[in-house]
Amino acid sequence: MSYYEEQDLHNFDKVGEHAPELYEKFMAWYQACQEEGALSKREKALIGLAVAVTIQCPYCIDAFTNSSLESGSNMEQMTEAMHLASAIRGGASLIHGVQAHNAHDKISM
Amino acid sequence: MTKNPLIQIQRRNGKPALPDSRVSFDEHLKMQDLDLRASKIEILQLNVGKLCNQACKHCHVDASPTRTEIIGRETIDHCLEVMRKHSIPTLDITGGAPELIPDFRYLVTEAKNSGALVMVRHNLTVMFEENQKDLPDFFAENAVEVVSSLPYFQEQQTDAQRGSGVFEKSVEALKHLNAVGYGVEQGLVLNLVYNPVGAFLPPEQASIEADFRRELRKRYGIEFNNLFTITNMPIARFLDWLRSSGNEQSYMNRLVNSFNPATVEGLMCRNTLSVDWLGNLYDCDFNQMLEIPVNVSNAQHISEFDVRELEGRRIATNSHCFGCTAGSGSSCGGAVG
Repeated sequence: MSYYEEQDLHNFDKVGEHAPELYEKFMAWYQACQEEGALSKREKALIGLAVAVTIQCPYCIDAFTNSSLESGSNMEQMTEAMHLASAIRGGASLIHGVQAHNAHDKISM
Repeated sequence: MTKNPLIQIQRRNGKPALPDSRVSFDEHLKMQDLDLRASKIEILQLNVGKLCNQACKHCHVDASPTRTEIIGRETIDHCLEVMRKHSIPTLDITGGAPELIPDFRYLVTEAKNSGALVMVRHNLTVMFEENQKDLPDFFAENAVEVVSSLPYFQEQQTDAQRGSGVFEKSVEALKHLNAVGYGVEQGLVLNLVYNPVGAFLPPEQASIEADFRRELRKRYGIEFNNLFTITNMPIARFLDWLRSSGNEQSYMNRLVNSFNPATVEGLMCRNTLSVDWLGNLYDCDFNQMLEIPVNVSNAQHISEFDVRELEGRRIATNSHCFGCTAGSGSSCGGAVG
């Protein structure tokens, strides 16, 4: 038993029990975001996977790995998407090094 | 071999706080007010046996080089007679690897001479077996429509499903077919078949076809006509893999939850009659492997063929049928919905 169980994903609707209207609105929004639009379903699935890895959500990683494969992506493409998202996350940390420089320069002679 | 045609699939209807329920494919059709019956027989799909030079991980036939079940001349002649007598326009030859059957070329030429369109489900690598080198020329001489499985345009995925070295040989075989005009000249049709390398549904057919066309042309200079997407059926060797990999329940749920009523009208069982190497009749190649016969009382063998009984018959279904109705649907001719 761990905090994250695969079955939990299939019990997502439990979070709607005490606020059904909010849950329905969320689901409608969530599903509409994944429909084909200016971006293809494949592009959206890759974005979803990249975000899922970045926010480290195991449910989302399962779901968007599936939808990436089912929209025709392969592991090379999925890996590039995951690297880009991870690199942005790493870069977002590293850019704060400039603030350390600023702080250093302010208090140093 | 795993055969469990009575397996039922747990279905979750998506509403909160409702328990999982067990709904058969037939009950599912009824809930949608759908009736699955055969129409006019337009394709005779003849499975000439289980002998194959490959042993693919997803094979619903359990075909392999060690299988000995192959069709005899008498059954072939029965099939040819039925096709001529009832003007069935298309013969779809499958296996195993049909080319390894001693009477394969007799079957093709006789069917062609009687005016039928002949399709052969050709696994590509059989071209490199003994006495098969001239297959592309033989196919071209008889204007055979070639349908070949290539699960992906990359080696890793293809070999993972079809065996080590299969991708490289398949590419060579496709080049040979292109060289005699297949996929290039009018009248020499080369169609490819994509099926997922794992427990997931195929992508949208036009989208993955465009990927295959671009990548096969760029990497190998290969041309083809169409790409068909086919869903892996949860029977035989693929079901064994689903079970051993812990994917059975989630895959079954995926199929059931993706049921698309729009696919039912175009299902291949409606206009195809499947015949096994012994001459027994089935609604499709999957029912054949599960030994689920046609729902008629007197015409269960090709020698008893009775068009009045067979056309309009109720299709025999079971849980594997969810594989043909999931998403965009699946048939030997690709997506249907």
